[in-house]
Amino acid sequence: MKKQPAIELKNITKRFGKVVANKNVNLTAYRGEILSILGENGSGKTTLMNMISGIYFPDEGQIFIDEKEAVIASPKDAFDYKIGMIHQHFKLVDVFSAAENVVLGIEDGKYNLKESVKEIKKISEQYGFDIVPEKKIYTMSVSEKQTVEIMKVLYRGADILILDEPTAVLTPQETEKLFAVLRRMRDDGKCIIIITHKLHEVLSLSDRVSVLRKGEYIGTVNTAETNEAQLTEMMVGKKIALNIKRDDPKDAEERLTVNSITCVDRSGATVLDNVSFTAKSGEILGIAGIAGSGQRELLESIAGLQRLEYGDIFYFDPKTGKKESLRDKTPIQIRNMGVRLSFVPEDRLGMGLVGNMDIVDNMMLRSYTKGNSLFLKRKQPKDLALKIINDLEVVTPGVSTPVRRLSGGNVQKVLVGREIAASPTVLMVAYPVRGLDINSSYMIYNLLNEQKAKGVAVIFVGEDLDVLIELCDKIMVIGSGRITGIVDGRTTSKEEIGLLMTKAKDEGKEKNNG
Amino acid sequence: MAKDTNVKHHEPLFHVVKRDDMPSWQAWLVRFATIAISFVIIGFISMSLTGKSFGDTYELMISGVFGTLFKGGSTIMLWKYLQEIAVLLCLALALTPAFKMKFWNCGAEGQALMGGLAAIFCMIEFGGKLSEPVLICVIAVSSIVAGAIWGVIPAIFKALFNTNETLFTLMMNYIATQIIAYYVYIEGGGSNVINPVSYGNFPKVGNNDYFVNIVVVAGLIVLMYVYLKYSKQGYEISVVGESQNTARYIGINVKKVIIRTMVISGALCGVAGMLLVAGKDHSINTNLVGGQGFTAILMSWLGQFSPIVMTIMTALIVFLRIGVSKVADASLLNSSFSEIIVGFVILMVVGCEFFIHYSIKFRSKKEVKA
Repeated sequence: MKKQPAIELKNITKRFGKVVANKNVNLTAYRGEILSILGENGSGKTTLMNMISGIYFPDEGQIFIDEKEAVIASPKDAFDYKIGMIHQHFKLVDVFSAAENVVLGIEDGKYNLKESVKEIKKISEQYGFDIVPEKKIYTMSVSEKQTVEIMKVLYRGADILILDEPTAVLTPQETEKLFAVLRRMRDDGKCIIIITHKLHEVLSLSDRVSVLRKGEYIGTVNTAETNEAQLTEMMVGKKIALNIKRDDPKDAEERLTVNSITCVDRSGATVLDNVSFTAKSGEILGIAGIAGSGQRELLESIAGLQRLEYGDIFYFDPKTGKKESLRDKTPIQIRNMGVRLSFVPEDRLGMGLVGNMDIVDNMMLRSYTKGNSLFLKRKQPKDLALKIINDLEVVTPGVSTPVRRLSGGNVQKVLVGREIAASPTVLMVAYPVRGLDINSSYMIYNLLNEQKAKGVAVIFVGEDLDVLIELCDKIMVIGSGRITGIVDGRTTSKEEIGLLMTKAKDEGKEKNNG
Repeated sequence: MAKDTNVKHHEPLFHVVKRDDMPSWQAWLVRFATIAISFVIIGFISMSLTGKSFGDTYELMISGVFGTLFKGGSTIMLWKYLQEIAVLLCLALALTPAFKMKFWNCGAEGQALMGGLAAIFCMIEFGGKLSEPVLICVIAVSSIVAGAIWGVIPAIFKALFNTNETLFTLMMNYIATQIIAYYVYIEGGGSNVINPVSYGNFPKVGNNDYFVNIVVVAGLIVLMYVYLKYSKQGYEISVVGESQNTARYIGINVKKVIIRTMVISGALCGVAGMLLVAGKDHSINTNLVGGQGFTAILMSWLGQFSPIVMTIMTALIVFLRIGVSKVADASLLNSSFSEIIVGFVILMVVGCEFFIHYSIKFRSKKEVKA
């Protein structure tokens, strides 16, 4: 049986100013297959898919659907061609139920929620979804919300589905469930395109893989005939060793002890619940968990940005050996106590740096208060900026370029560089490689290992379990604001961590039922 | 070219594309070109309404602003022009630190009125009782304090309760206006007019009434430039304005910065009120500031928060305001004409920013054959 092409792209080019996001991309996706679009961040995957779904219009080139040329100038056109896109960031109305969100915006003149619910249930059964049509969005977990998004496009009759990084927010178990659904849809003759940069997912799910690099189409291979090394080479353009080194910790001693802390957010909900752990010098402590389980609040509590309801945080000064409490201290007070605590927050441009300021002024954030002068001294920060640009190979037109104009990897190098320059004794990093290309990611891992070798207590909040397991000495799992387990990075497995990640939720459910 | 009417076009007729950041000289070229074009356009508009020639229109405008200066006559109009710039610029400079902090102070009008009130109060109460130099110092201090108080009230509420500063500062304007109205009623003995007070007036330098005003504001331009660019406080203002989260992260006390900055902003508005009362009118009424507190918001934005650019923009807008009203007077047009023209130019200048950040791509002629 000959495969039938569902969508074909011919010589697609898209520019944003001087930046060429896609250059002469040719791509074919067939019915009844799962095609992965693989590429590093900034390689143009999302731009390409946005052109298929009508959000952007290509500057050059043609799109063919079912072997006929198509003009997709708006998302509505895309719907008419039965193309459905599931975005990385969900677009749902929180206070509506699943069914209401699904029918929202369908202009067929009738609104019959009962019929719709029936239809939704039918589709769920067909593909093995778990969905309760009456459930409100705000009570849903991330994976449930994603299911609603998928349902939204299926309900509209889409038979070409594009999923943008669908597993970024899921646990290993949820990912498996999603994959099972996608496979069933494929067997039903739908064309599924998934955008991703995770190699093992590509290999386990897709039939074929198309690789993009820096906006250019590199090639397509059959998944069965390829391996991780080949795909990485296609993606990066050269061979790369994918190993992270891990030395044994030397003279580990207590540096930071968190003693049963509890935090509540503005609405009074508990975001950290009786959290206790110890970070030791010369060790990397990994923190794993579903996004939004209290990781941010935990790091902010240590940095003096969150008010604690209960509990205490102690710092052990390596010079004096004194034990000092950090509770109810502001960041300035903590610094003045001589605690050398560095923090690379998750939100780089919104918290760690100021996007509109240049590299020199961003260096100054940490040091400008020094001295009694009313005026700023830009000499030292400038030297530091030049040093970081040189040491960490930051690609920038100069020190006076606003950091927002740098690429994600270079922004992160500037931020990490500044935090490490303060020669910390405790270094906290949150999602430090999110959005970075492979080379920059490995540079960050190496920097963390260097700090570990210097005897810094490193706390690393990560999302990629493979990396956590390779890099960290210990991994602490957090779920719904509670520590659900601390495991040894050298002996644990992804499945064990995945189970711990959802443990708090299950316990919560039992509590409610009981 | 004969085209099949049924051809489905490949692209929409035009689409908007974001540009790379333009080099700043190019951006300035666009802005100056825009201003030049708008001057030509207003020339033509005036011509069509007044029936005067292009050259006459501009001659009227220039003579309206500079008087007989260029024909070897007196400099009196030039000083008036500079004085008008000084007051508006003073208000714009006052707003700038607040705006850089993204605190939308719409209360320059009221803050300046309160500064003016403090000045006239001192002039009336202490005039003749204190020596003139001492009196002027007292006026300066009390105007600055009055403006600062009027500015800091909304800031305190913003810092403590996160109230909306735009509405709050606007409302404070109305209160200030009513207080002035009441004061004028009491002081004027029911006549609603306060006769010019001869005490505590800024001294003439040479033959020039406004010298002090102009020097004070010239000094403020430099001070504000240095404060924003080179001082630690100016740096904190930028950080708070760009991202409060970053400010928190590095340990800036955001509340303190908001309050401190609004003290400065209000104080400088108070200075503007003092310049108007002690340096110009020697009296007060509710129309003292005359809406310049709102024009100053535009000036601060048009100047892109840079004191230097702001000076140029203010000079330009004041030139138009005076010049065009002269044209209007000469041909019996309504005085609103000058407001319309000023509004038009501001719109042009703001609109040109779009073309600095975006370009429009029209459908290319050669379409790929479907």
